[in-house]
Amino acid sequence: MERWLRSESVSKLVDVLLPIFAALAALAFGALMLIILGANPLEAFSALIDGAFGSTNALADTVVKATPLLLIGLGICISFRGNVINLGGEGQMIIGALMATALGLAFPDWPGILMIPMAMLAGFLGGAIWGGIPGALKAYFNASELLSTIMMNAIAVQLMNFLLSGPMIDPVQASKASKIPQTARLAKVFDLPRLVPTRLHLGAFIAVVLAFLVYILLWRTTLGYRIRAVGQNPRASRYAGIDVKKQIVLALFLSGAFAGLAGAIQVFGVNHRMITDGSATGFTGNAGFNGIVAALFGQLHPLGTIPAAFLFGALLVGANKLQRAVQVPSALITALNGLVVVFVVSSDIWRRRREQKRLIEATVEQKQEELLSSHTAEAEDKQ
Amino acid sequence: MIEQLFTKAVLVGILSSGIRLATPYLYASMGETFSQRSGVLNLGVEGQMLLGAFAAFYISFTTGNLWLGMLAAIITGLLMGLAMAFISINLQAVQGISGIGFYLFGLGMSDLLFQKLLGTVETVSGFRPVYIPWLSDIPIIGEIFFNQNILVYGAYFLVFAAWFVLNKTTLGLKIKAVGESPQAADSLGVSVSKVRYFAVAFGGIMSGIAGASLSIALLNVFQQNMTSGLGFIAIALVYFGGWRPLAVMGGALLFSMVNSLQLWVQVLNIPIPSDFAVMMPYVLTILALIVSVQRVRPPSALTKPFERGH
Repeated sequence: MERWLRSESVSKLVDVLLPIFAALAALAFGALMLIILGANPLEAFSALIDGAFGSTNALADTVVKATPLLLIGLGICISFRGNVINLGGEGQMIIGALMATALGLAFPDWPGILMIPMAMLAGFLGGAIWGGIPGALKAYFNASELLSTIMMNAIAVQLMNFLLSGPMIDPVQASKASKIPQTARLAKVFDLPRLVPTRLHLGAFIAVVLAFLVYILLWRTTLGYRIRAVGQNPRASRYAGIDVKKQIVLALFLSGAFAGLAGAIQVFGVNHRMITDGSATGFTGNAGFNGIVAALFGQLHPLGTIPAAFLFGALLVGANKLQRAVQVPSALITALNGLVVVFVVSSDIWRRRREQKRLIEATVEQKQEELLSSHTAEAEDKQ
Repeated sequence: MIEQLFTKAVLVGILSSGIRLATPYLYASMGETFSQRSGVLNLGVEGQMLLGAFAAFYISFTTGNLWLGMLAAIITGLLMGLAMAFISINLQAVQGISGIGFYLFGLGMSDLLFQKLLGTVETVSGFRPVYIPWLSDIPIIGEIFFNQNILVYGAYFLVFAAWFVLNKTTLGLKIKAVGESPQAADSLGVSVSKVRYFAVAFGGIMSGIAGASLSIALLNVFQQNMTSGLGFIAIALVYFGGWRPLAVMGGALLFSMVNSLQLWVQVLNIPIPSDFAVMMPYVLTILALIVSVQRVRPPSALTKPFERGH
């Protein structure tokens, strides 16, 4: 029994360490790339660390960058736990931002204390709708959410481009010849409270609080239990009387909601207006996909996603310094993020293998016990 | 203004560029058809295309030889395909997610190499239209179908080759068996992992060529994220075509014709908001996904790793 306990804690430790190994492997690849590109990896990595943590401002920027990753990562925890793969974070973030911005532009006279929560709610709902549509298509028409969520991203981008160059365009830009596709700046009173002089805003705090709420949702409520049950075994869930289709829609609805909220927070906390360069990344900075990386790295656990998001936020902020210091484009970080995903999902095989082994051992043990007890029973009978 | 669309020259132009624009979709979706038929969902097509596009462009640009560029795209695609195969088959990673990893890797890596090795947007003179005696001279038909570059012809040839291999050869039978019922195939002595390796590696090569068709045959430039979602659409087309090469080609053509029309609408300055025109293909894809899934069933073992004795 004692040995079993010990091996159990060792496996737990390995589970936690696996993503770290995966990250180290990705970093090793990054170092190799840097050497090939003629840069000193040590110099590059120290520039990266300095860029991300070197000063109060740098640290604040890291947290600001980590905020959308954490929020989107929380949504990913919900959907992936429900075995629904949401690749639509980019689009959901854009729609959330558009809804919140539209509300902010429509009612510039509202007091901040009313507008900020309402705008957050608008973002939340916008993302939820944009996630709920592919959810419903999966649940009721069996359409793969992998593809429909990605298509919804492309549609959201075009919607953004249309709205920012037409109905929502800044009146100043509309009168100019250049017509830069952007909205007017939102009223100053709507800015999320900020820890002056840094750029750190209330959004980071909201995200961390929500991480705890998502933890409670997933493991302490019936809704969370149902989403996870459907994720683990849809057939058994159906027999247990769970409405599987409803859970699938809810998982994507909630997942999208968090991405939408990330969009609203990005506008009200950082940009204070929306502007488009025609692409999704221009607004999201690839957060829709990087949030997946963070959630996977945090083992799809809301609380694990907090440090994971912080780490990837640091990578993104540090990348700019790295680019200046050793002239290696920050795109390197995108490539490394991709590798982290590949390594994390690949290393999962060790955990599965061990679980399988444990299951077999447990069965064997149980059979032996049964055999033993039947023997003693027989012996007792003979007596 | 809309009647401008209905002149002979414009209609021929729309059809001709529609045929041409289908090229990258055809290469990528034929590769993906093979991969999915064998039971592996390769969601990394976009990343493989980007790296293929860069490799083809860079080698063509530096050596001046387009065929060396093609070779570079093929090798790049092969390596990416083998990596995807290893991760899906040996390490049994969740395919929907590992594919996103490959996408991000290709996106970042091609951008990094582009900035480091080229720095600015350059152009190459890519593959030129090939004149086919007699056929190219037929009025209208010749202009639409037989005034294309070699990669365009290759793409349509590939469709028929893919159809032939899948339906008329033992290899095709093995690929389908492995994707439908790996246990049964295994018990008949077919190596599930070998067949899947072949199919996924082939898919990688095709994605590489699809990228090359953009960078050295259709657009003749390389830019960051130049595929902008094309690889994902190619995967959707496989679903749309119900995993059958000819139907996938039908979907690709429908798609590229809509795209071509959209481009001409912009060129002719017809006042339809271009954002909505650009949006149309994606809306169409979602609708197509819904319709096609009601009609055909995906390969039974799609995304399911195979292990003996289960």
